[in-house]
Amino acid sequence: MNITLRVWRQKGRDDKGRMVTYKVEDVSPDMSFLEMLDVLNEKLTLEDEDPVAFDHDCREGICGACGVVIDGVAHGPETTTTCQLHMRSFSDGDVITVEPWRAKAFPVVKDLVVDRSAFDRIIQAGGYISAPTGTAPDAHAMPVPKTDADRAFDAATCIGCGACVAACPNASGMLFTAAKVTHLGMLPQGQPEREARVVNMLNQHDEEDFGGCTNIGECAAVCPKGIPLDTISQLNRDLLGSLASGKAE
Amino acid sequence: MTELFIEGDPIRDEKAPEGPIEERWDKRRFSAKLVNPANRRKLSVIIVGTGLAGASAAATLGEAGYQVTSFCYQDSPRRAHSIAAQGGINAAKNYRNDGDSIYRLFYDTVKGGDFRSRESNVYRLSQVSVEIIDQCVAQGVPFAREYGGLLDNRSFGGVQVSRTFYARGQTGQQLLIGAYQALERQVAAGTVQMHTRHEMLELIVVDGKARGIVARDMVTGEIQTHFADAVVLATGGYGNVFYLSTNAMGCNVTASWRAHRKGALFANPCYTQIHPTCIPVSGDYQSKLTLMSESLRNDGRIWVPKKGDDKRDPREIPEEDRDYYLERLYPAFGNLVPRDIASRAAKNVCDEGRGVGPGGLGVYLDFADAIKRMGRPAVEAKYGNLFDMYQRITGENPYEVPMRIYPAVHYTMGGLWVDYDLQSSIPGLFVTGEANFSDHGANRLGASALMQGLADGYFVLPNTINDYLADGPFEKLDEDTPEAKEAAEAVRARIDTLLSIKGDRTVDSFHKELGQIMWDYCGMERNEEGLRKAIDRIRELRDEFWRNVKVLGENDELNQALEKAGRVADFFELAELMCIDALHRRESCGGHFRAESQTEDGEALRHDDEFAYVAAWEFTETGEQPVLHKEPLEYEYVEMKQRSYK
Repeated sequence: MNITLRVWRQKGRDDKGRMVTYKVEDVSPDMSFLEMLDVLNEKLTLEDEDPVAFDHDCREGICGACGVVIDGVAHGPETTTTCQLHMRSFSDGDVITVEPWRAKAFPVVKDLVVDRSAFDRIIQAGGYISAPTGTAPDAHAMPVPKTDADRAFDAATCIGCGACVAACPNASGMLFTAAKVTHLGMLPQGQPEREARVVNMLNQHDEEDFGGCTNIGECAAVCPKGIPLDTISQLNRDLLGSLASGKAE
Repeated sequence: MTELFIEGDPIRDEKAPEGPIEERWDKRRFSAKLVNPANRRKLSVIIVGTGLAGASAAATLGEAGYQVTSFCYQDSPRRAHSIAAQGGINAAKNYRNDGDSIYRLFYDTVKGGDFRSRESNVYRLSQVSVEIIDQCVAQGVPFAREYGGLLDNRSFGGVQVSRTFYARGQTGQQLLIGAYQALERQVAAGTVQMHTRHEMLELIVVDGKARGIVARDMVTGEIQTHFADAVVLATGGYGNVFYLSTNAMGCNVTASWRAHRKGALFANPCYTQIHPTCIPVSGDYQSKLTLMSESLRNDGRIWVPKKGDDKRDPREIPEEDRDYYLERLYPAFGNLVPRDIASRAAKNVCDEGRGVGPGGLGVYLDFADAIKRMGRPAVEAKYGNLFDMYQRITGENPYEVPMRIYPAVHYTMGGLWVDYDLQSSIPGLFVTGEANFSDHGANRLGASALMQGLADGYFVLPNTINDYLADGPFEKLDEDTPEAKEAAEAVRARIDTLLSIKGDRTVDSFHKELGQIMWDYCGMERNEEGLRKAIDRIRELRDEFWRNVKVLGENDELNQALEKAGRVADFFELAELMCIDALHRRESCGGHFRAESQTEDGEALRHDDEFAYVAAWEFTETGEQPVLHKEPLEYEYVEMKQRSYK
């Protein structure tokens, strides 16, 4: 296959940035999308052109490091991470547009690399259960109904890639925040801090300049881990409960 | 052979107490000096790496009141490669009443490690395994549960008891997120200072003590010096020396290697684990290999055509033309033989020209019989996510066509030498998780890597590092301290050199070639001739690298080629040491198979009289003879036997 790429190039945070067109030849359908970018970078290097910077690490769809917008869709045409997208999803002669996540809360560092540290700060605001090492009761001391455990697990599969933010017209980080609120809120161990958690995490979310959620659902549509949209309903329920109880302050 | 290395004085672990094995950890915790809580905030610790071993240590030491500074090369600590572990985590809970115990987990681990690990360390690992599960549940790790609300277990990797706790196929992710959240909680509390997108490039040693690191801010290129009273490396394994492995792309040996160059001994570098069930290479653009959970071997049958060059569709090859070679060679264990045996058998049939798929480097893992026996829905329920993953990567439907698998480098048992306190041979430098060598001997059992990472970080290090810190705080240092200045200068000089060579070959092209040499000569089967050839070729390639590598751009920007170049440069030096270690160990044990040391029917043959020791290597100079220090291994509890799976 021969592919034409239109790639966002931006030297650094303050550079204006532009689309640049490259040709990549002899692309195998079995290559992953990132391997195709590797081939491009090898070629650029040999031609004395700066290779395209992009984040990636495990390349098996679990670390959440990779992620670019491909033809306008976060992570591209299959519902998976960019590293698990393969070139067999494209055709010979295709022109593919590749851009970074675009959101005020995720400033571009270079080319396709963005700064997602806002997610870490949302977790710092309350995305945890305070369980100092060594003070834990026996794991069987507190049974967890299987349905609750499964729901917690479904929410906990979030890999923090940020596709939900990139896909949202408001650049909201609500699905990410809701996934964590739901994961911890479904478990008995998460109850003592439940009311404070949702308020503190949401305040941080807003402080980071993520947009508000207007229930459009693009986030869940691109989520490579299939985090359900109803986690956001759960978050709103927890928020109402928390504000009504007045315990959050 | 002695021309390749020099034999030095033997070494010993001075920290493990004597006496009954079940009392040693209690004794050591009691004898270790304590630090008064009010004094802890005057003491500082640097922790490099935020996988299970690093994040758990940072969270725990921060909580204890020490000033912790933590570093990772990823953009968030949550992305460290522990996240990719699928299978599970072992713990001797005996929730199943199936005869499990701390002693049995200890016994299985010593035997599985092929009698090349320390009994005291392994016993302690088994003891604290129980506490890990409790801790993780308290943090909200969503382990698999049964309808009664209690935790589910499974048996894993051919073990006869059910002691593996799991969270679907994402155990590593869930455990890491638990540790990451505990870490972020401490960041919020101000006890841990986190530096993401920072890479450690040098260790600072002052008056013989590890006192800091030189790190590069990967966004701005700034070379920084950081100081502390102790330094902890939790920087993972070195499987990427093979270029293709199941490790993440960024995994590297640089932190460990820089410490090694500053005097930390490197133990058993040749012990690498090659996992039998990975998706085969599809072309020369391949950048990494993906593991398929070992659990597939519970129901899948492994085979190759009886005759080489059989180009028929596998579904059209009749039974009589198929060789179910594991079932034939190992009738008792069949497809469930341990990892090293399954891997080598696959290599052997492919070497005979009977491999399948591109390049003949693959064997079939066939579920046709399982689908017939259990029905497709049952197979889907059990393995659905793995089948989906396989289909996404290969474009083939494993319900219809047999999967193709091939072994791939997965884990490295070797690492920096540490004593019972997890302290390296440099005072004040501690090493945890896969980065140290201590608990798995020559071969690691399935579901034990997560156990060791968390044992070290949550429970072992926080009870031993205090013994060292109790003598602090040490003299205050700053960037003008001569040793720090010198270390930072060395880092700058190396970066300048890499950027100024402006040769003709990319970093990846060197890394691929190095990986191929290692895979061919220091992979699943090693022999004297091949290892000698490999050492010569590594040296030639390393010389060429320093003359002809091409790294574009500058230091003061995000420069991914420059990051890789520094890592590959260190892999060259490590690769040579791995080959020397493999060459000197003229026996087969665990993940190290020497063609010269096998039984009549081709099984691994240990030589306990000659090689029951840890090989701890001291660095001298690049390309010069390293010095071998032997730590003898004694077995008071488990009787040494040759493994047999016939």
